[in-house]
Amino acid sequence: MLQSIEVSPGARVIPRVVAPRAASAEARETATPEKPCIITSHLSAFFGDAPAIKDVSMVVPQQAVTAIIGPSGCGKSTLLRCINRMHETGPNTRVDGQVEILGSAIYGDGTSATAVRRHVGMVFQRPTPFPTMSIRTNVAAGLRADPRSRLAQENVDEIVEKALHRAGLWEEVKDRLNESAMTLSGGQQQRLCIARALATRPRVILLDEPTASLDPLSTQKVEELVYDLRETVTVVIVTHNMQQAARVSDRTAFLLAGELIELAPTNALFTAPMDPRTEAYITGRFG
Amino acid sequence: MTAVPAPAVSTDRRRLTVHETAIGDRIYEIVTTACALVVPALVIAIAIAIFAGAWPAFSKLGLSIVTSSDWDVRAGRFGAAPAIFGTLVSSALALIIATPLAIGVAIFLSEFSPTWLRQPIGFLVDLLAAVPSVVYGLWGIFVLVPLLREQVMPFLRDRLHLGATPFFSGPAYGPSMLAAGVILAIMALPYISAVSREVLMAVPRSQREAALALGATRWEMIRDAVIPYAKSGIIGGIMLGLGRALGETMAVTMVIGNRAEISASLFAPGYTMASLIANQFSEATSDLHQSALLAVGAILFVITLIVNAVARWLVWQVSRDRAV
Repeated sequence: MLQSIEVSPGARVIPRVVAPRAASAEARETATPEKPCIITSHLSAFFGDAPAIKDVSMVVPQQAVTAIIGPSGCGKSTLLRCINRMHETGPNTRVDGQVEILGSAIYGDGTSATAVRRHVGMVFQRPTPFPTMSIRTNVAAGLRADPRSRLAQENVDEIVEKALHRAGLWEEVKDRLNESAMTLSGGQQQRLCIARALATRPRVILLDEPTASLDPLSTQKVEELVYDLRETVTVVIVTHNMQQAARVSDRTAFLLAGELIELAPTNALFTAPMDPRTEAYITGRFG
Repeated sequence: MTAVPAPAVSTDRRRLTVHETAIGDRIYEIVTTACALVVPALVIAIAIAIFAGAWPAFSKLGLSIVTSSDWDVRAGRFGAAPAIFGTLVSSALALIIATPLAIGVAIFLSEFSPTWLRQPIGFLVDLLAAVPSVVYGLWGIFVLVPLLREQVMPFLRDRLHLGATPFFSGPAYGPSMLAAGVILAIMALPYISAVSREVLMAVPRSQREAALALGATRWEMIRDAVIPYAKSGIIGGIMLGLGRALGETMAVTMVIGNRAEISASLFAPGYTMASLIANQFSEATSDLHQSALLAVGAILFVITLIVNAVARWLVWQVSRDRAV
């Protein structure tokens, strides 16, 4: 099951996602670190000299949803951005330690951040459709095939349709694929961004507070989508909303001041936290 | 006044101040409104003066002032076609040369430049806009024209064998349409570059991150996310540069050769509307000559107006699709 991913610069072929697995209750219970997808070891990330996360070692299982919760400024987003090497795009940033995804060390010698990001999709807090592109070209934006060449056209259309289906947006946009992405509502734009991230068939999807700017109904749709995604892809979701973490995730990590306090099955973390700080946070005593 | 029953316990007997004479606000409003009205009034007054002065020439010469190439002051024939042609061609040439260079500079400064280099290079590019045009003209006469005559023109014509095309054929005098285009390119470059740099820097970080997160290389990010986002602003910058090129007088007059001929060759001397006016206004003694020069001015005015309108339209076209 543990297919390694290619992260050297020349890699252009995106390996197939592993066979879908039923997300039954038992499967969720067995979503334990025995089938690891992401392993961080002694991971620290800095802005200048200030550490945003300190010495985080954790294991994220395959084909499960792992939530990262914690108060504002605790380093949730930074931790997420270390998993697809986005942290290093900021000025004066530095990453220490190792991250392994499906057996490949993504910070190893000779690895390319660009190649890593093709396997690890990301969706941001605010929807970020490309405003000058149509719905179709937005979804196809991450594909390397040139959408203008006729040979690739059929293939691209198929991938676009599939990605929109998976993002639960197909029925709403199938008749207006050539319209500007800006004609969609905020919630639709966010699902479009999820479709865009799925189109390249990544092995991991990172969601950085994906519902923070959405209304409750759109939030619910995105949550349902996240819940379904686990069947085919490993999901890590950052959220400041504990109910959301409880609703969508299999495992939850609690981060405080850059340190990983606790990582446990979501149920256990919310009902019987091991660490007093976790308990203080989830019962609303701070943060 | 009806008596209001006093509350049982009244402790505060001070009256509220609810009247205020906002005289300062009124003065401020009147002064700024007056300022705002002066500008359009000036534009309209100038336009009326020019068109009124040009009217005798338009009514007497008719369309021939635009279509004829015959400008003979003593014979009373005033055909400004070569000058109109020269203005359009030299400006187009300037844009062809300046645009890639200016956008290249802007992309470097906004995307690739180390922070410490951004300020000095940006400052130097902006400085190009501050050099007086007569200084460009002098540099053109003493440096650019000899360089074109002795190096660039023979190279283009003979080495690259472009002499076979009508555009690069004929003797290399030096003062030429090409010289005017190059000078104008240098003068338009800072405008295009400064505007492009600003709009590129204004592209939100979220757009760049969205592209990078999809596995785009830096170049793919610039091509697919940054430039499309900034396109309308860049076009605005190009149009600003075009406006500058169309109206530029002194430097062009000094290097273009001032010969009223229409030639396909960029090596041949030419004329522009602005240089025509600058060369002849002091010796325009007859009424018709004066009026003809004003008519040329009016045509230049209208062309500039059209360019601005087209620019507005282009920017609107490009940006209307998105509600950001």
